[in-house]
Amino acid sequence: MPRVSIQTADFDLAAEVAALRAGDDGVGAVASFVGTVRSRNDGSAVSGMELEHYPGMTEKAIEAMIDDAQRRFDIRAARVVHRVGPLQPGDQIVLVVVTSAHRGQAFQACEFLMDYLKTQAPFWKKETTPEGARWVDARVADDAALARWGVTAGNA
Amino acid sequence: MRVQVRYFAALREALGPAEAVELADGSTLGALRDILLARGGRHAEVLARGRAVRCALDQAMSDESASLRDGAEVAFFPPVTGG
Repeated sequence: MPRVSIQTADFDLAAEVAALRAGDDGVGAVASFVGTVRSRNDGSAVSGMELEHYPGMTEKAIEAMIDDAQRRFDIRAARVVHRVGPLQPGDQIVLVVVTSAHRGQAFQACEFLMDYLKTQAPFWKKETTPEGARWVDARVADDAALARWGVTAGNA
Repeated sequence: MRVQVRYFAALREALGPAEAVELADGSTLGALRDILLARGGRHAEVLARGRAVRCALDQAMSDESASLRDGAEVAFFPPVTGG
């Protein structure tokens, strides 16, 4: 199974977790994060969004993040799925799953990967609102989240 | 030398998806941005210094001090907003 998938199709959390755990009885902890599309953002109703990415760079960037997570944390495996294309409120956007022997490292690595992904993976969201379509602004708080791990984001 | 320049998100909407640019051997990524800025019009607007523009060289996050080589792939884009 690839460590990174960029796809228009939805994903199944249970199936992804099962696949990542399969054949590894050293796993004692599985941590996962699922990001979903909110129906409101920055004070406006959001009726849909389009997710653009940089094919090639996206995969390389996330592979590098997982390599970094493997160096920093005592984890057994990690998997990232990120959707692109048109999405509706309530849709799943992103999945991070990490397995480890004990919970602490899986929790930390999962959060680290999401913090990294928010500021270093080349994705861009364009929301449809009653006022028209607009590109989502990067958040300074996301740079601050990555800084907790000693990594300078320089994104927002 | 010749490099391929790609744009994404709002920059792609303004400038199109890609263009080839001829520039002097050994130029930096910042020098490439200067050449694009000097064209005026939309290029000068969306690539203006002080605008939040990020760049990549050969599909890795980079900065303007990076040296380019013939055939390099450079990308300019807004701050990323995935996840």
